[in-house]
Amino acid sequence: MLIVLLILVPLIGGLLAMLLPEKMAYPFAMITSVSTLVIAAVSYMQYTQGAELIIDHNWIDIVGARFHVGLEAGDGLAVLMMMLTAIVFPFIFISLRNKQPEKVNTFYSLMLFAQAGLMGVFLAKDALLFYVFWEVALIPVYFLSSMYGGPRRIPVTFKFFVYTFAGSLIMLVAILLIYRHAPIRSFSWDSFVSIGQAMPASEQTWLFWMMFIAFAIKMPVFPFHTWQPDAYEQSATPVTIVLSAIMVKMGLFAVVRWLLPVIPLGSAQWMNVVIMLSVISVVYASCMAIVQTNIKRMIAYSSIAHIGLMCAAIFSHQILGMQGAAIQMFNHGITIAGLWMMVGIIEHRFGTQDMREMGGVAKVAPLFTIGLVVMSLANIALPLTNGFIGEFMMFNGLFKTVSPYHTLFTVFAGLGIILAAVYTLTMIQKVAYGPENTKTASFTDLTMNELVVMIFFVVMILVLGFYPKLLMDLIYVQP
Amino acid sequence: MNAIIVSALLGVVMMFAGIVLKKTAQIQGVAILGILALLGTTLVDLNLVGADTKTFYNMIELNAVTAWFNVLITFCALAYFTLFSKAIAAVGKNDSDYFALLFFVMCGVYLLSTYSNMLILFLGIEILSIPQYILAGSDKENIKSNEASLKYFLMGAFSTGILLMGITLIYGATGSFDIFSEGFIAQFQSSAALNTMSFAGVLLLIIAIGFKVSAAPMHFWTPDVYDGTPTAFTPFMATIAKVSVFVAFIRLFHLSFGNVSNDWQTAIAVMIVLTLLIGNLTAVYQQSVKRMMAYSSIAQAGFMLFAIYSLNNLAWKGLILYSVAYTLASLGVFAVLIKMKDYTYEGFNGLAKKEPVMAATATICLLSLAGIPLTGGFFAKYYVLSAAVEQGKWIGIVIFAVLMAAISAYYYFRLIRSMYFAEGEAALSYTPSSLEKTFLLINALLVILLGVLPGIL
Repeated sequence: MLIVLLILVPLIGGLLAMLLPEKMAYPFAMITSVSTLVIAAVSYMQYTQGAELIIDHNWIDIVGARFHVGLEAGDGLAVLMMMLTAIVFPFIFISLRNKQPEKVNTFYSLMLFAQAGLMGVFLAKDALLFYVFWEVALIPVYFLSSMYGGPRRIPVTFKFFVYTFAGSLIMLVAILLIYRHAPIRSFSWDSFVSIGQAMPASEQTWLFWMMFIAFAIKMPVFPFHTWQPDAYEQSATPVTIVLSAIMVKMGLFAVVRWLLPVIPLGSAQWMNVVIMLSVISVVYASCMAIVQTNIKRMIAYSSIAHIGLMCAAIFSHQILGMQGAAIQMFNHGITIAGLWMMVGIIEHRFGTQDMREMGGVAKVAPLFTIGLVVMSLANIALPLTNGFIGEFMMFNGLFKTVSPYHTLFTVFAGLGIILAAVYTLTMIQKVAYGPENTKTASFTDLTMNELVVMIFFVVMILVLGFYPKLLMDLIYVQP
Repeated sequence: MNAIIVSALLGVVMMFAGIVLKKTAQIQGVAILGILALLGTTLVDLNLVGADTKTFYNMIELNAVTAWFNVLITFCALAYFTLFSKAIAAVGKNDSDYFALLFFVMCGVYLLSTYSNMLILFLGIEILSIPQYILAGSDKENIKSNEASLKYFLMGAFSTGILLMGITLIYGATGSFDIFSEGFIAQFQSSAALNTMSFAGVLLLIIAIGFKVSAAPMHFWTPDVYDGTPTAFTPFMATIAKVSVFVAFIRLFHLSFGNVSNDWQTAIAVMIVLTLLIGNLTAVYQQSVKRMMAYSSIAQAGFMLFAIYSLNNLAWKGLILYSVAYTLASLGVFAVLIKMKDYTYEGFNGLAKKEPVMAATATICLLSLAGIPLTGGFFAKYYVLSAAVEQGKWIGIVIFAVLMAAISAYYYFRLIRSMYFAEGEAALSYTPSSLEKTFLLINALLVILLGVLPGIL
């Protein structure tokens, strides 16, 4: 029962937030997201104690689809993603306390709908249900990005929507084609895995690409990434956080849950191509990040680079690499959410996204600068921040890949670390140090609610950096 | 079976109601009571299934699926009457006659869903079409309406000729009009037994019925007719009248011609590809929302053709779900469209700010037409595509259809963009009352209900 509440609470909360009077919307959304976090925490506790949280109910009998959501043994990644979704939303809301968006009712209800959809994606154990949530998560985000943000937001979001919608429809056909082989009509994950084991390699090739393209668009991996920098730049910061901290993880998560086990031969056959694309993503996006002057675009490209590395590590087919990717998916979510909030503050105070117009913040806003620096260092994966351990494991896995090009992959992906240091440190230098200008003088330090958010993320980054065992235990599999 | 008689009688009643009742509100009330009575009749008909399913000299056969379809389509008609009764009465002076004609169309609908004789098929299509020719021209002073009526009539007359020719050829080959007769079964039991005459008949029937469901390349009348017809009647023609022809289509081709599917599936597949391609690509370029909806109805027909193409149970289920989901969603969009002054996309700019309920319900209906999950349209598309995959002959057209669905998202979302994200003063021709808004909301909720629990149908 608990597990359904994770989806139901934000869903019903979203409906009510739409109907409540304007003043009530914010507190109500806050309460809803905190209760979701509490439910998620309780689920996490129960899961670590070995309980299996499952709801499996008849849904559409004629096609054999079931309402099957749950966390079973071995679903560590789903637990991580579920926790990430539950953690990020309340802190987005806290950070918005002193800068409420227009049309608050619509905003918070769409945010909560998005949370419900994301939860569903991570918890679904039935392919059709997974597909439904996959799309349902997209619609509120489409509206959010179109309503709030920069001047070019509407066409940019439309591009994003059409890209992902086309991709997911192709995935739907792949799901149908796999389902066709089911001995008894079923969309369950178990049934899909057993079909995949028996399917000839020639058929898997097609299915692999049909599904991978859908996931690659979402991640995004080169050459399907063109929607992403525009969408991140033009969306309002809270929406960008949802997109980059959680939504892009849907793509990676789907690869781990629905692609590798279901289409094993296809994945193995094409792993070199996919890793190559991912490594291109890393190098290309890092180079693009260096030349950006717009701070949001820079972080958008940095996000593509990180996702590329995770995708490469997942396709390394090495347990260590995949575990590293799993940890990094959570940690990247935390880091990037924190970083975006800092960027949101910068954008709000400076009134611009152009880094050339910034400078000297460290003197007027020391607390802010501490937060920005810690989060940036975590973004470079410095040891003792949360980014390090995952990245280390991913490179380890990538190097051990059974592929003639494993050294080449690792070396080029390794370039990403160096380049990350270049663009991140340049960003800190441009924003926090350097000459002050007229705008800097009016830059006030963190307000109380921003401080709470900042401290939370810094503590998370350091704790998970010092003691990554918290995450490792969840996804540890006996090699 | 009672529904056939009751609907025809109600048509007559409505004609006289115009003489007796002077106030248009009373006439509308009688019409809605009439459609409620018709819904009751179809529910009574549900109980007849199994007892004695063939009546009227074995010309009508009621089975569980078609009886259920009758209930659902009558429910859709009820939704149409409640959403549009005011607009129907506002088209011209002869308001009771419009309702009478609509009831006659319903009579044709029931004939088409329950016929077991080719003559009844012909009668059904004619009873369905002739009132529509009149309704298309009901706005007498509007030249576009006159054009629509004439065009529809002339083209319709041609297709009737082709239909009759097809029926005649098949009659010549089988010696019977009864689709369950021995002659029929012998002729259509396998491809080997099929002779050239009846094969030509089957192809002619595909052309004639394809014309009525506006499948490409027999679709050319659709945009002009739907655009020219008064907006109050377009949704009825595009939904209820159209989907009932689909039921006639699937009945004949699955029950009678199912064994010779190899001979006609290719034709249907070609029609699917053309219909989806032409419908979707042309809809993208439309500037008028009404014309876009006309092309969208062509595109949606392409998806419904998958149900004809796939010979399995899921196809039946899918067609029925598709009929209802498509009908309710289109009605929802048209019900908003009809309240607008300007039918172009720009006319919708800023509607969300002015009339949030109208914009929200239209959005839900558009999402359903685009096939987004948690709306009825998703499962409707899902069922018919799934049936086609189960059929398994050409998977390529399923992938093609899916890409076309992605294109369709473009023009449906364009309207959502206009309503929500564009600045403007959406001018309304009249402001809907709160009762009308409630009906819009109920309609939208039904669309969502179908998307959450499609199993209820």
